[in-house]
Amino acid sequence: MSTSQFSQFYRCTGILATSFAVLLCPTCPKLCHCTSSTPGRGDQLPHTDLTVTAEEHVDEERYYQLYPGHIPTSPLQKALLSAGSAFMALYNPYRHDMVAVLGETTGSSALRSLRDKMKHDPEGYQILQERPRIRLSTLDVTGLRGLPDGTFGREYVRFLDSNRVSPDTRMPVKFVDDEELAYVIQRYREVHDLMHTLLGMPTNMLGEVVVKWFEAVQTGLPMCILGAVFGPVRLSARKLQILTTELVPWAVQSGRNASCVLNFYYENRWEQTVESLREEIGILHPPAICV
Amino acid sequence: MGFPLAGPEASRDSETRSASAKFTPLPKMAASIGAVTSRALHSRRYHRKLLSGGRGLFSGARRLVAEGETHFGFQNVSETEKGEKVYHVFESVAKKYDIMNDSMSLGIHRLWKDILLHQMNPYPGTQLLDVAGGTGDIAFRFINYVRSQWEHQIKQKLKSHQNLSWEEISKSYQEEELKLPGGSQVVVCDINKEMLKVGKQKAQHLGYSEGLSWVVGNAEELPFNDNKFDVYTIAFGIRNVTHIDQALQEAYRVLKPGGRFLCLEFSQVNNPLISRLYDLYSFQVIPVLGEIIAGDWKSYQYLVESIRRFPAQDEFKAMVEDAGFLKVEYRNLTSGIVAIHSGFKL
Repeated sequence: MSTSQFSQFYRCTGILATSFAVLLCPTCPKLCHCTSSTPGRGDQLPHTDLTVTAEEHVDEERYYQLYPGHIPTSPLQKALLSAGSAFMALYNPYRHDMVAVLGETTGSSALRSLRDKMKHDPEGYQILQERPRIRLSTLDVTGLRGLPDGTFGREYVRFLDSNRVSPDTRMPVKFVDDEELAYVIQRYREVHDLMHTLLGMPTNMLGEVVVKWFEAVQTGLPMCILGAVFGPVRLSARKLQILTTELVPWAVQSGRNASCVLNFYYENRWEQTVESLREEIGILHPPAICV
Repeated sequence: MGFPLAGPEASRDSETRSASAKFTPLPKMAASIGAVTSRALHSRRYHRKLLSGGRGLFSGARRLVAEGETHFGFQNVSETEKGEKVYHVFESVAKKYDIMNDSMSLGIHRLWKDILLHQMNPYPGTQLLDVAGGTGDIAFRFINYVRSQWEHQIKQKLKSHQNLSWEEISKSYQEEELKLPGGSQVVVCDINKEMLKVGKQKAQHLGYSEGLSWVVGNAEELPFNDNKFDVYTIAFGIRNVTHIDQALQEAYRVLKPGGRFLCLEFSQVNNPLISRLYDLYSFQVIPVLGEIIAGDWKSYQYLVESIRRFPAQDEFKAMVEDAGFLKVEYRNLTSGIVAIHSGFKL
């Protein structure tokens, strides 16, 4: 395109866009003359006072970050992030960070219902209070490896070794604007690998889709639902057939039958056998298929 | 230091409104529309972020920076810290730098760079130093321009001297293949090795090899002798330099007498409506693009904040004059989103 054509085009879009911008302007600092009227959690900030000192400014910044790694975002940014990350996750399935971002930006109501489920269960409530994290530094991997075969801990470490994954590669939470919900989604991510173990699914595309179906029924997170519905797009016909006839019905049934998987303090259950843990949660026995 | 100390007392006409001169009262209508829509569109918490972001802009603009301190976007950091942080930013964005430029500016950055080259109008034989030239955009355009100028010159010569002897004709073709016409040379200097790496790969891929060299160097302390280059350019790099005045002095030093200084940089928008749209786009869309395409929100947040912190056109013009350049002018592109400052060492 020549320069003159480009500048003409640019001018036209500029005119359209500026009229649009008059309505959406408030996000830029210079127009913000409005105050937040209702006081809430820590809303001690004064009205736009131009004589605020630098210390107050730094405090506000530090204060506004609700947890380390938190990036506050506006609703417009969340919408753009959801759309963009959904597209990018489908376009490039290796972008796991995009799946994470999609989960964070779309999951607010599902996370709230998950948090409530956890609050109403004694073990879940304990997890919310103690906030355990599953990390290599806190896991005693050699101890777990020494456990007898068939125990949850042994099978989990076997899963990590054979699939060559590590619990430390979970993305930290960035876009959830509530500190407790940020923990809930972090716990969900860390429990994901444990789900693989309990469901007996490897980390290939087929296994991931099955786990997504289970999680979609369990948690209701839009990201899981999208992953469950669009994930199979990249599977071969044979795998798709196995998926639809055997694996998905089992996963959905297990998801419905099982109680909330976030309500189990897995760190205290390493010695329990996988079978008994499955029974306790309510996961049905996996079909005898090599995935 | 390049720190916008502008406030209401700064004399500004309507054409050169800067980001920090927002104390001028906006029309009441727009403000109330803004108030209503902002309450409707944004949650309370995001309001606080706006206030803090806005206040950061104001407070940063109003309070004087402490000794040895400077700005990194909207944060205040020590001077050594700034250098390191900027290095890390460009180290992490290097691989996706070009694709991000295209998506953030919708390809318009190519036009800006083309306009810079047209303003430079180099002839075959020019020695160019491109500082903060990283991925080589300006250098490659320079080579293309010089080559096309040379071809044009040959055509003119052949047109007017139709009976040129075969020895002269073959000599002129030979010169074209072995090196850049007229002995033109471009040196790309950047402080960041990753950016230079990406630039070298691009050069190989696109087939540029002659007359091009890649040097690691700091704009505040260039590893070149005095009076060496005909043209010095710095495109979208000078706002990342910790001591802008030192960079300008170095530019003066390495240029030959008669040499030209050209700086292409983001600047302050002079049109209030476009400025509003630009701010909306910068703060809302660009970090999101950074997260989605490059997986890096913070670097692109730094980018848009550093643009706001850079001095306005007239202030930067004064800084260029302070370094000793004469006939300093600036030219706004896209309503001042970008400006080209030009000065001569005479």
